Amino acid sequence: MEDMIFYDRLQFAFTITFHYIFPQLTMGLSLLIVYYKWKYLRNNNEKYNNAAKFLMKIFAINFTMGVITGIPMEFQFGTNWAKFSELTGGIIGQTLAMEGLFSFFLESSFLALFIFGEKLMGQKLHFLTGFLVFLGSWASGWFILATNAWMQHPVGYEILENGKFVLENFSALFTNPWLLPAFLHNQMASVVTSSFVVASIGAFYILRKKQVEYGKLFLKTGVVFGLISSLLVAFPTGDWNAKNVAKYQPAAFAAMEGIFETEEAGAEIVLIGQPNMVEKKLDNKIAVPNILSFLTHQDWNKQIPGMDQFKEEELPDNIPALYYSYHIMVGLGTIFIGIMALALFFLWRKKLYTFKPLLWFIMFLVPFPYIANITGWYTAELGRQPYLVYGLLKTSDGVSPTVSSGNTLFTLLGFVALYMLLGLLFLVLVGKTINEGPKLQKH
Amino acid sequence: MEIFWYIIIATVLGIFFVLDGYDFGTGIIHLFFAKKENDKEVITKSAGLFWDSNEVWLVAAGGMLFMAFPTFYASVFSGFYLPLIIVLWLIIFRAMGLEFRGQFKYQMWKDIWDVSFGVSSLLLALFFGIALGNIVRGVNLGGVENGISVYEGHYFFLPLWDSSFSPISETPGIIDWFTIIIGFISVVTLAIHGANWVILKTNSSINLKLKGVIFKLNIALAILTVFSLFVWQIVNPDSLNNFVDKPYLIVFPILYFTGLIGLFFIKKIKKDVHAFWLSTLLILGGITSSLASLFPVILPSVNDVHEPLTIYNTAAPEYGLSVAFIWGIIGIILIVVYSIIQKRLKGGKVDKMDYGH
Repeated sequence: MEDMIFYDRLQFAFTITFHYIFPQLTMGLSLLIVYYKWKYLRNNNEKYNNAAKFLMKIFAINFTMGVITGIPMEFQFGTNWAKFSELTGGIIGQTLAMEGLFSFFLESSFLALFIFGEKLMGQKLHFLTGFLVFLGSWASGWFILATNAWMQHPVGYEILENGKFVLENFSALFTNPWLLPAFLHNQMASVVTSSFVVASIGAFYILRKKQVEYGKLFLKTGVVFGLISSLLVAFPTGDWNAKNVAKYQPAAFAAMEGIFETEEAGAEIVLIGQPNMVEKKLDNKIAVPNILSFLTHQDWNKQIPGMDQFKEEELPDNIPALYYSYHIMVGLGTIFIGIMALALFFLWRKKLYTFKPLLWFIMFLVPFPYIANITGWYTAELGRQPYLVYGLLKTSDGVSPTVSSGNTLFTLLGFVALYMLLGLLFLVLVGKTINEGPKLQKH
Repeated sequence: MEIFWYIIIATVLGIFFVLDGYDFGTGIIHLFFAKKENDKEVITKSAGLFWDSNEVWLVAAGGMLFMAFPTFYASVFSGFYLPLIIVLWLIIFRAMGLEFRGQFKYQMWKDIWDVSFGVSSLLLALFFGIALGNIVRGVNLGGVENGISVYEGHYFFLPLWDSSFSPISETPGIIDWFTIIIGFISVVTLAIHGANWVILKTNSSINLKLKGVIFKLNIALAILTVFSLFVWQIVNPDSLNNFVDKPYLIVFPILYFTGLIGLFFIKKIKKDVHAFWLSTLLILGGITSSLASLFPVILPSVNDVHEPLTIYNTAAPEYGLSVAFIWGIIGIILIVVYSIIQKRLKGGKVDKMDYGH
């Protein structure tokens, strides 16, 4: 039973991590595409239109990859987590089905129209199709996070005698206090990713001295959007989320922040330290006193429960992983603000396009927003453990009873091999598209 | 409400098989009949431009099945674990074939993705037929061994095949001679459908030849169909009861046979789109007849210990279904509108269309 859950979790974690690479870019990118298309409508400069169409090519590749890797996600609810599906399908099935019906159709239909229909429908309608792609991709995020929010903080349900969760209040699914902050935080983070990607493409063009005009445009947009979104990720959305975790999942909050023991006179914020699970303390700790209490409750001396306040089985089952995920996310987020602020300063002094070290740096920064996003997602999911539905349904009670661990291991290895191939080909394809650049686009 | 959702999901699945069915079919045609590079290119293009918007229907059907019949979703998806995961991999291979083929000009590169696209399309068509065969035949629900239930409730796990390879064994596997026959029917049907699509959407040099191919495939299909109707009775003796009790259900088999007979006149059909409609009837008629013969059962049980799964004992409670009824109708209207706009835009032959993102 133990390794059964382990392989099922590993498989889900692996497939969703790989999947999430793609939608996090498309969601943010769709915003930038709408922005360029809007600029084009206003000043009729062909440059903006080409930029929008070029980014839509990158979008389309990522969207395709998102579809390919997204279908397994939906299947796995049934294949690997059959009991969870049976018990909660009546509730989370609502939001998942709505995702398919409302946002996925919208996104895919209008993506095709955007790519093929420019000549047929004129610029205003073309802008509209781009906007609808944006709407579809953000609505997708909304429905997926509504599903996740219900698992993090279940609302509007009733539990029958046979253990099945029954929907009692549909609108509660969308007024869930967990949902809005999680959604905004997530969307801003996806704008960070796409801004960094676009800035990186811009830096690449400038350094390579080809497509320089577009290079400058992409770099400027990437830096401006990057700074704004990095700031918004931290405050207010990140802060709001942290407060929600402290309120609804105090055990997860203590583990995230690395508070092993409750301090009577206010909690310190840990900047660096390694959780030592044997002695139940942080090694090599660097911390600032009382800050955490203030950030969480706007009170320097308010007590925050540490891990010693909870029963062993209520604590997340992998505290170091949770702690590191959270700290990597926060650390990278902070660094992003600094880098983008610096880049904006150079832009303002008109030195950004010629200052090579910074251009190289920006070009190679691309993996980090992805890491920050994925560790952010891990923070939410590891924090929810050991539950699938927080406080109500244990992860161990959600797996498929008939699927043996050997089968899951076999399919996991298959996914790993296949996704490695897919990832490699994806990089080739994106690399080729970027290398061709906006000017050579035929549409 | 259960019936409403049953009809909606069956419709969406039907649309999925009609739409994605033709691009599976083009894969099969591509594998066996496309020899010249130009033909290969336009055929992959005729599928490549459309596959991802077709696959959206699968996602939608999955989501709605999950919402409306969670117990069915859970037992069937974990019960058919291995074949479903293999289907996922095949979907990925097929998509890679379509998306990557045109990216480089090297012949070897194209050959690799041609095989990937063709073989996975063929296997997917086969697997979908086998899946339908399994649903008609029923499974060892609850995993009963010697009259004792191995799992509580309706959970089961099917091996890929059982040593007897027989559909009437107590513990049938996914693949037996009956499901293989249904699998072949599916492959032939989708190949016909795909050929019709290629004729409709391209100016490929093999289009004329394909009409002859369809004619031959149709003969094979007619033979397979008659044979399957005979073995169907052995595997599921109750399958005609519904048609006797509710004679109006005969409309579904009539759809199927209209398609089947109509396609014998393929060479005389003037408009390509009419031929395409005939193979559409074939697919829709086949699926709806199978479902109608089972109704309200959605997965028969081959043992006496467990009740079959029906739309009633697997559905989510009334409130959830009623709420979903409201947003479901809105969603479906929107989808129909999008699809009409989109299909109008991508109408016409694909040869000159720009392919590749």
